[in-house]
Amino acid sequence: MTEIIAKEGLRSEELIVNMGPQHPSTHGVLYLELRLDGEIVVDCRPHIGYLHRSCEKIAENRTYIQFVPFTDRLDYLGSMNNNLGYVLAVEKLLNLQVNARVSYVRTIIAELNRIASHLVSLGTFAQDLGAYATPMFYCFRDREKIVELFDEICGGRLTYNYMRIGGVQTELPAHADKYIKDFIKYERQKLQEYNELLTYNAIFLSRTKKIGILKPEVAINYSVTGPMLRASGVKWDVRKDEPYMLYDQFKFDVPIGKVGDSWDRFKVRLDEIGESLKIVEQAIQGIPAGNAVAKVNKVFKAPPSESYMRTENPRGELGFYLVSDGGLKPYRNKIRSPSFSNLAVLPSIVRGLNVSDMVCVLGSTDIVMGEIDR
Amino acid sequence: MDLNQLVQAVREKFPDAVAEERKAALVVKKESLRAVAQFLKTSELAFQNLHCVSGVDWKDKIEVVYHLYSFKHRFMLTLKVFLPMEDLAVETLSGLWESANWLERETFDLFGVKFLNHPDLRRILNPDEWTDYPLRKNFDRPDFFRLPQSEGLKAGG
Repeated sequence: MTEIIAKEGLRSEELIVNMGPQHPSTHGVLYLELRLDGEIVVDCRPHIGYLHRSCEKIAENRTYIQFVPFTDRLDYLGSMNNNLGYVLAVEKLLNLQVNARVSYVRTIIAELNRIASHLVSLGTFAQDLGAYATPMFYCFRDREKIVELFDEICGGRLTYNYMRIGGVQTELPAHADKYIKDFIKYERQKLQEYNELLTYNAIFLSRTKKIGILKPEVAINYSVTGPMLRASGVKWDVRKDEPYMLYDQFKFDVPIGKVGDSWDRFKVRLDEIGESLKIVEQAIQGIPAGNAVAKVNKVFKAPPSESYMRTENPRGELGFYLVSDGGLKPYRNKIRSPSFSNLAVLPSIVRGLNVSDMVCVLGSTDIVMGEIDR
Repeated sequence: MDLNQLVQAVREKFPDAVAEERKAALVVKKESLRAVAQFLKTSELAFQNLHCVSGVDWKDKIEVVYHLYSFKHRFMLTLKVFLPMEDLAVETLSGLWESANWLERETFDLFGVKFLNHPDLRRILNPDEWTDYPLRKNFDRPDFFRLPQSEGLKAGG
């Protein structure tokens, strides 16, 4: 573009375009400052903080148990996984062991939530690319089945507050076993349908292949985690490589991409749904008898120490760094959110792309602003 | 690999870099932070990933905590540096790990720690005009402010 203009002797200058804070495809209130040369993105500067609620300051003024509902509001599509990460961090701080049934129930719930979260991500990504409404409705139809189960378990459809320190809030209902087994059968058929509908669709391929390539060394340097890292070809999953809870007892694969483009990121999420179904299937078959309801005091003091716990969330590695001074409340609670680092890498992968591909790359990173701004 | 071996390796390379002994962390003096970090990344320890940067306000000093991860050795290192309140400045690590850029901006925004030679040290979560550092312990939380009675809401108003 610039060379053509220089040859023709025309004067050109860079154009600054504000994408957001209100934009249908920024998945929240994100403001991207784009510098354009014609249609080409020269530079991109993300501005965040529109959803900053200071959850870390709030945590310093609440007891350990009172902060669980706040973790729902971080990544509101993966609330159960956030709950889980936080209670595991507190349990690590207290050196608390839980029984096997608790771990099984937590695994089932967390993996179901991962499926629900990936379904939203796939649906909205397809919609961002102009596949209007159909993939979105299909994905939300499947997600609805998971959400209905969660609604029955804990009375919430988006914010669950289900995990407790030392256990969970309630037992699974009596028919959960059959319901989940039926869902696994149903969802496996539907995954096939998504592959036919989207994954190998010619228009979809031409919009996403070779767009926004993220190299593995760049991804590690920027501390990118989760499906985005795996799409770049790095076989790394905390559940597999540094197992917490009982993940080392389940058999599942870690899907990876080859190129690291937008299509790989989409495909890795789609494959991860299948792997999560495998984990849920094994967990529901092997769940031991016992009591999963938490029996820990509502108010307790933690010993003066610190703990860092990271878990594999739908979007990447969620870390909680808890520092205790021996009181009823944590002295410091730092939340390391996966989307924060996954967004930081965006400017380096969009340089040189068309403006129209910005939406594609942003959709494929699958960020949630609630956990970036905290 | 365990922490003792690692601390030993750092001691051999930098005899006076370790500030104090800790059970679960490597605490270094702030002058030698950059050199130690460079060593940790480029030596065979291979800490390729700067996972997380946090600040902790201990009232008389601020602690900056770096969580480094080595894929090769499957080891998470907690690297700490203590900064006195009078001199809240430390060398940036953003040339070594790109992830440090945003993570250090966040620590600057919430604690007021200055990262020297940082490429783009601006506030990230709070507005640029903001003057306070909200995660310090002496920050007055706005939920304790009350509007004056005369300016409060009136019934039917």
